[in-house]
Amino acid sequence: MSFSLARTSLIAEADPVGIAGERAVCDPRGVLYFPELRLLTVSDLHLEKGSSLARRGALIPPYDTGATLLRLQAVIADYQPAIVISLGDSFHDGGGAERMHSSFRERLEGLMAGRDWFWVAGNHDPDAPADLPGETVRELAIGSLLFRHEPSKVRVEGEISGHLHPCARIVQRGRSVRRRCFAGDGGRMIMPAFGAYTGSLNVLDRAYAGLFRRETLMAYMLGTHRIFAISHSMLRPG
Amino acid sequence: MTEQPRLAEQNAAVVLPEPFLKWFAEKGWSPRSHQIELLARAQAGQSLLLIAPTGAGKTLAGFLPSLTELAGRPRRRPGQAHRGIHTLYISPLKALAVDIERNLGKPVQEIGLPVTIETRTGDTPSHKRQRQKLVPPDILLTTPEQLALLIAASDARRFFEDLRYVVLDELHSLVISKRGHLLALGLARLRSLVPGLQTIGLSATVAEPDELRRWLVGQNPPKGSKGPAMAGLITVAGGAKPDISILDSEQHVPWSGHSARYAIPEIYEAIKRHRMTLLFVNTRSQAELLFQELWRANEDSLPIALHHGSLDVGQRRRVEKAMGENALRAIVATSTLDLGIDWGDVDLVVHVGAPKGASRLAQRIGRANHRMDEPSKAILIPANRFEVLECRAALDANYLGAQDTPPLIDGALDVLSQHVLGVACGAPFDADLLFEEVRGAAPYAGLARETFDRVVDFVATGGYALKNYERYARIRKTKEGLWRVSHPRVAQQYRLNVGTIVEMPELNVRYVRQGRGLAGRGGPVLGKIEEYFAETLRPGDNFMFGGKILRFEGIRENECIVSNGAGARIIVPSYAGGKFPLSTYLADQVRGMLADSSRWQALPEQVADWLRLQKEKSVLPKRGDLLVETFPRGNRHYMVAYPFEGRLAHQTLGMLLTRRLERVGARPLGFVATDYSLAVWALDDMGALFKAGKPSLSELFDEDMLGDDLEAWLNDSWMLKRTFRTCAVIAGLIEKRFPGQEKSGRQVTVSADLIYDVLRSHEPDHILLQATRTDASAGLLDVSRLAEMLSRVRGRIMHKQLEQISPLAVPVMLEIGKESVNGGANETLLMEAADLVEEAMGHR
Repeated sequence: MSFSLARTSLIAEADPVGIAGERAVCDPRGVLYFPELRLLTVSDLHLEKGSSLARRGALIPPYDTGATLLRLQAVIADYQPAIVISLGDSFHDGGGAERMHSSFRERLEGLMAGRDWFWVAGNHDPDAPADLPGETVRELAIGSLLFRHEPSKVRVEGEISGHLHPCARIVQRGRSVRRRCFAGDGGRMIMPAFGAYTGSLNVLDRAYAGLFRRETLMAYMLGTHRIFAISHSMLRPG
Repeated sequence: MTEQPRLAEQNAAVVLPEPFLKWFAEKGWSPRSHQIELLARAQAGQSLLLIAPTGAGKTLAGFLPSLTELAGRPRRRPGQAHRGIHTLYISPLKALAVDIERNLGKPVQEIGLPVTIETRTGDTPSHKRQRQKLVPPDILLTTPEQLALLIAASDARRFFEDLRYVVLDELHSLVISKRGHLLALGLARLRSLVPGLQTIGLSATVAEPDELRRWLVGQNPPKGSKGPAMAGLITVAGGAKPDISILDSEQHVPWSGHSARYAIPEIYEAIKRHRMTLLFVNTRSQAELLFQELWRANEDSLPIALHHGSLDVGQRRRVEKAMGENALRAIVATSTLDLGIDWGDVDLVVHVGAPKGASRLAQRIGRANHRMDEPSKAILIPANRFEVLECRAALDANYLGAQDTPPLIDGALDVLSQHVLGVACGAPFDADLLFEEVRGAAPYAGLARETFDRVVDFVATGGYALKNYERYARIRKTKEGLWRVSHPRVAQQYRLNVGTIVEMPELNVRYVRQGRGLAGRGGPVLGKIEEYFAETLRPGDNFMFGGKILRFEGIRENECIVSNGAGARIIVPSYAGGKFPLSTYLADQVRGMLADSSRWQALPEQVADWLRLQKEKSVLPKRGDLLVETFPRGNRHYMVAYPFEGRLAHQTLGMLLTRRLERVGARPLGFVATDYSLAVWALDDMGALFKAGKPSLSELFDEDMLGDDLEAWLNDSWMLKRTFRTCAVIAGLIEKRFPGQEKSGRQVTVSADLIYDVLRSHEPDHILLQATRTDASAGLLDVSRLAEMLSRVRGRIMHKQLEQISPLAVPVMLEIGKESVNGGANETLLMEAADLVEEAMGHR
């Protein structure tokens, strides 16, 4: 499968390319859009991560949910999708939806209104989020695509997943650049984490062992205004 | 002068107990007048500041009040409760505490005093620490971090109830950092616990002794008193004039660079002529390079050792021991050996590279010949031509006795946050009383109540405008109105994160046998290396560390795996620390020397020639003026300015100037900054633009650049993110990283950068961002220095339009390409990498 690489301001100009019969756009803001299906995929929102950590004594700023929703709002406003799939770990823990400030809940409900919304179950949020609309599913097949949270150990062509928070690192002229990325080998795709407080794990880490065909692995690194497609041979661990 | 000893002898009998007099007599010494004066005034109840040069018997003086009092104390009878600490000694370096234990132990034993002395540092094993709590020594030698921990313990009141004196060594170096703030707050706490407490500060010569005198005593004066409270002052005049020379090399002195490689044969000869030589450099990379070069020249296999803060502790201790036993002929060292450590018979100090600050130079020269009446001997080795000027200026300054410690800054709020939590960990506190106590610490004397309350609020719930975390509060107000820790876990977290030294993320350097690659295991740890350096290495790269050439095998968890290396292309790690700016005083001296050709006689001939040539081809600025040269070269146009304000201030200036040049359409392409000058290059002829007044130079260098431009640039600067991380760790918002924890998974921790981004866009006035901006302006950006310079040169900018590069511009022009300015250009690098891929795949 292959993907087109969008510039935020010039979505129309990106050349869409087919994946298993469907065309997709990798957006530098970290979402994947299928124009024919009018389907937007976003992964690992980790909403309410701030308050989750605060419960354990780290009082980091409680604005992550607001920040994440604001970015999601912008993406949804641009694409106006009919379907949104949140690929799991939408909330940082099971109680997240309940803890969410009412203003954030309203904003989220506003984004959900008028479209089909799927919450794919993740390891952080195996159950449906409390008091929120949308359908909670373990996985979801649409055409030749399969959406699930954790990448399966057995290769499934057309699988789109999250969970690992991929990032990639290159060294150029003695300087190191690390960015979140989409990771794909033509057969499957792992999406970057979208949440404001989500960290990332290098695609060369052991956790990815056996998931990709090394020789065709590409990292689509997120730039400020565009995606940078970097082949496996240029990537560095760490 | 001749009167003084006799006076001292008379007084000595009055205050010194018999065993002490006997000990002095047996040694053939007599107590020095300042020792007696200090003792007498301390016995009269005063807190005191003793300013004396190295070798003046400062340490013994500082302890005499304690030792004499302890000598007269009745012995503890069996069954009687153990007494608490009598004297607390605090030094900035662990090594110094260890050293004092040895040096103080000797007279105590010889006089036969029933006094126990122990150290307590981060290296002290936990069983010993526990025992110290039960059976405290009379004198405890420790560091500011350990004091913070002792105060935060629930038994602090009992532990300190017998405390009489706090001796603060190297006070001039303690007070200028955040550690000093933490210590000042700790002292304030001790004063509350033990109201009669006396302090004794020991310091090298400083420009403003009154600042230190205030620092030593509580700043809550009783009503009706005039002016701030101050400790008494005892000053000992400088000892013998040091014998300092600048190497007048036969070799060509380079235009730029920091290696001083040209001087290696001459340095080696100097080592051979002396018993033991201490070689100081400014950075760890310089230390590595110099060490390597010396061994290359070391035909006689002299024992030459290396000592810097990244090396393994065990290795450092071995070097220190060998030094004490006079088993070494030379030691290459950085600031880890900088303070008043007194080891071995060093008879020559070599300073490679510019000494940067005159007081730093004085301190380092003090290493040679630790006897006050003999002159210290030192050689300065400038690494390039501007450093020749700087060394000359520093040398003149030393003879003048000029000192330039940086001005003390207001107490940092992140440190205060840490302290407030620490106090709560010790015992519940009353906010009103704590506020008064904190204001007693000199750095916080001007603290506003509103700010203090915000700090308490931050400690409790994060202090966010969005009140989301009330139920997770770390400290809570009880019904009685006292702030109490809400959960024992909070105290535990506090103890793990105490301190103000936030290291850059580091990796252990682990050695494995060659050919084993990353699979190799079990080799020794050679020391630590900064993560960002390791990240730029490719497997197979050779780099220099701990004086060895190592081959980089890869990174495994928190370890950088290395094996034996070899080869011609060797990389020297750069360390972020250790870059000192030129002091204001010294910069002025250098400008003065440039302007006054009669002083060039004191310079080596080739350097004087260089200046003469500059005068001929361009111009030399007057002392207070700023010279700006413009000239074309290749297909670019260059502007070189010579503010002499240090690299940090120049980098900030370069960033701001390029923004402005961008705006006026001069199409700037980049800039590079050194300690002495700054070069900007552009596509347009800036010289012509300045001539036409579009803009004029005075407009370009107008102080208003420090307003919006600075603000706009700052917010996106990587420097601010780095500073934020430090503040967030100190303030207890995020935890310190510990070995093994570095890559502990994406779900557990949130990186400081992400927190910074979120906080900045949602609550830009948060107290931690406020603290971050204050820090960055003072530290990494050196804004105050830049502001002073801009205001000084107003109306005094001298523009010289040239056809070609001037002699003075050569050094900074040689730096172009060697060092790029960090930040901003990351996307370009990604683009290059992506283009390479496209190219390889035949798309273009």
